[in-house]
Amino acid sequence: MAMNTPAIEIEGLTKDYAVGFWRKHMRRSLDNLTLQVQEGEAFGFLGPNGAGKTTTLKLLMSLIFPTAGTARVRGRSIDDVRMHREIGYLPEQPYFYDYLTARELLDYYARFFGYPAAERRERVTRFLERVGLGDSGNVQLRKFSKGMLQRVGIAQAIIHDPQVIFLDEPMSGLDPVGRREVREIILDLKRQGRTVFFSTHILSDAEMLCDRVAVLLGGKLQGVGAPGEIVSMEVYGMEIFFEMRDGRLLPSALVGHSTKIGERFRVEVPEAQLYSALEQLRSCEARILSVTALRPTLEDYFLKLVARGKAAEHRAGGDSP
Amino acid sequence: MSTIPGGVAINTFREAVRDRVLYNLIFFALMMIGASILVGEISIGISRLVIINLGLSAISIFGLVMAIFIGVGLVHKEIEKRTLYTLLSKPVKRWEFLVGKFGGLLLTLTVNTALMTVGLGAALYYVSRSFLRTDISILVAVYFILLELGLVTALALFFSCFSSPMLSTLFTLGLYVAGIFSTDIRDIGMLTRNPAMQAAARAIYYVLPNFHNFNAIAAAAHGESIPVSLIWQNTAYAALYVALALVAASAVFSGRNLK
Amino acid sequence: MTGPSHARSLRFALVAIPLLFLAIVLLQTRIDAETRTIAQQKEDLLLRSGPLLKALSMGYEPLLADIYWTRAVQYYGSRLGNESEKFELLWPLLDITTTLDPKLIIAYRFGAIFLSEPAPMGAERADLAAELVKRGVAANPDDWRLDSDLGFLYYWHLKNYPEASAAYLEASKKKDSPVLMKMMAAEVAAKGNSFSASREIWTEIFESAQDPSVKKNAFQHLRSLQAQQDLLALDKVAEDFRERNGHYPVTTRELYERGVLSGIPIDPAGIPYIFGPDGKARLDPKSPVTVDKALNR
Repeated sequence: MAMNTPAIEIEGLTKDYAVGFWRKHMRRSLDNLTLQVQEGEAFGFLGPNGAGKTTTLKLLMSLIFPTAGTARVRGRSIDDVRMHREIGYLPEQPYFYDYLTARELLDYYARFFGYPAAERRERVTRFLERVGLGDSGNVQLRKFSKGMLQRVGIAQAIIHDPQVIFLDEPMSGLDPVGRREVREIILDLKRQGRTVFFSTHILSDAEMLCDRVAVLLGGKLQGVGAPGEIVSMEVYGMEIFFEMRDGRLLPSALVGHSTKIGERFRVEVPEAQLYSALEQLRSCEARILSVTALRPTLEDYFLKLVARGKAAEHRAGGDSP
Repeated sequence: MSTIPGGVAINTFREAVRDRVLYNLIFFALMMIGASILVGEISIGISRLVIINLGLSAISIFGLVMAIFIGVGLVHKEIEKRTLYTLLSKPVKRWEFLVGKFGGLLLTLTVNTALMTVGLGAALYYVSRSFLRTDISILVAVYFILLELGLVTALALFFSCFSSPMLSTLFTLGLYVAGIFSTDIRDIGMLTRNPAMQAAARAIYYVLPNFHNFNAIAAAAHGESIPVSLIWQNTAYAALYVALALVAASAVFSGRNLK
Repeated sequence: MTGPSHARSLRFALVAIPLLFLAIVLLQTRIDAETRTIAQQKEDLLLRSGPLLKALSMGYEPLLADIYWTRAVQYYGSRLGNESEKFELLWPLLDITTTLDPKLIIAYRFGAIFLSEPAPMGAERADLAAELVKRGVAANPDDWRLDSDLGFLYYWHLKNYPEASAAYLEASKKKDSPVLMKMMAAEVAAKGNSFSASREIWTEIFESAQDPSVKKNAFQHLRSLQAQQDLLALDKVAEDFRERNGHYPVTTRELYERGVLSGIPIDPAGIPYIFGPDGKARLDPKSPVTVDKALNR
């Protein structure tokens, strides 16, 4: 395999579903997706619900089959069952055989890779440790909390040291502690030089973890690039938080532009007018709490995209039945 | 087991055990105990007959219920619960998964049947204080029942690959009943004067799984010997038909888009 | 859309499934051959109790009755021809059939004939046949044919002429019964066993039978009756001949050549009668027609 073969190559991947009672209408849940992920990248796959993220992952896993298009992982076509040796997968809201213990589950999955018994045992212990479940190996899965299940899920996805790991909403349903733990694991994998492809809603995580992201909306790819590329770094405004002294009124110029949040006020002004606004506040002896430069975040980009998409739908007269 | 189907089979067996499926053995034991005591009160002449008839019929019915009810859920449950998602992300082919599920249920049924046979043996010894050489045919009858259960399992698995548990139960049960009466269907067809109907009746007879072949309960009850040739013929028949069902299941399941 | 592994599975299935079916068919024919030979020796009905089966059939009695009726016919047909056959299962099969569906007239009529027929044509149990038909009469009080069958059983097999006459009388009272019933009642009451009554009975059975086996059986009985009559008549002719000529005729042809008879006397199968050395007429052994053993010919 050449060194510069991408870890994941998706080309024109498309999926149609027949919907309706008589299965006459086609709904396109993924439209001509083309993208590449390089080895060692942490790649975020973003989009609102129903955008096609899970569909993409299911297609890559051959749980469903494409209407058109191809995909390769580490040079192997997704049709090739051998491809599955080199990948790990954590589905969304995973469910595992709840009558098994964590140990038994991992051992079960480890068998599929042909490890001898001793090595299996060692791996199971090691990876339980790795995801922080070292003490819960012999507990039945039906007693596990959501966070613990998620961690077991990651363990089964990486127990065979795969080069490419696919995670579908790995942080969903986790409390902040759980989220941090998963983030640590992902970073760790990245440090080991593995490729991590994960879908998520949580944009701050994507910004923090990913080398690049792709944004999907309505089955179509909207954009691919480093988080910083997707949104310009341009400052578009300044935000001032302040408090008014007792009995003092807001400066007249700012009245219409301020919002009151509890005891504080927030005002947004163009960069050029920052000093005049500050001057006005100083003249009424307001207490300045903070001044921040506003840059568009991934979230803004996202929300704008969603809004644009809804408007387009509306204009087209709504979705087909 | 070092093979993939083997691993899946062991896990399926483990699930059955932990789901307390084997508790049905308690009912069976209670029934046999009750029957033995009851029968012990009547004349010795037919007590063996009754115990063997009852025991074998119960083994057959209990096994059938298990084969159908667990069988129709084998694939469906894994799809519903999405445990299949993680499984298929491993280097495992879909047909290997199917064969494994089949093997697991068959293993469960074998263990269940074996334990019941021991119970039957105990009851028999209790009422008649001896075993006869002709009782070997009881073991043969049990073996035939097991073959029958294997076939029903394979059919249930096949339906499980594409329809809901309720429909699968209906189809499997329907096919079982039709298979019991397949000989009669053929005979009714032969009674008509119409050669087209006769040919159709014969065709249906051959296509349907012939469960009548496996019924040796009467023979066992009367202590008749069952020819060895029938044993291997029935084994071959069951094996072929199971293979057929699994191949068909594989073909259907390989192309299925999982929800 | 589906992946190439599906295409492979499908191709494999399209080849493997027909081959497997072929193997299955071949195997099944072998199994059938095997079990047929076993069944010849021993056969059993697991459940012989009609009422029990009725309870178990959970509302599907008529269907089950049809199945058992089919089995009864198959059972009889497949074993006909064995010299030592006793048709032991015929009674239980018909018993079950009629318990499940008491209105299945054809089963009673079949039983009336073949339960009572002596071996090797039937089970030689006229008593069971009578029991069956009586049950049929009770369940189907408007059907004269069953009373007629009962009359036949009493007359032909059980030789109980008062009961036979009574049965025919009952038949004659029922809707659509032919005048023959009244005639039979009277004739049997008056004469007991007679050719004419017997012939009437078998003719009635022959004409009303729907089952081909029953029809065939009745036909054979009619021919037998005819032959018996012919033989008795020929005996008389032979006696006359002896008185006139001092010795019995050697062949029946002789009688024609001598002008005693207007033609060569032939039996219902068209084969000429012969004379035994004792001067008694008898059937040519080559003839398919037979007479009752009781006549000792």
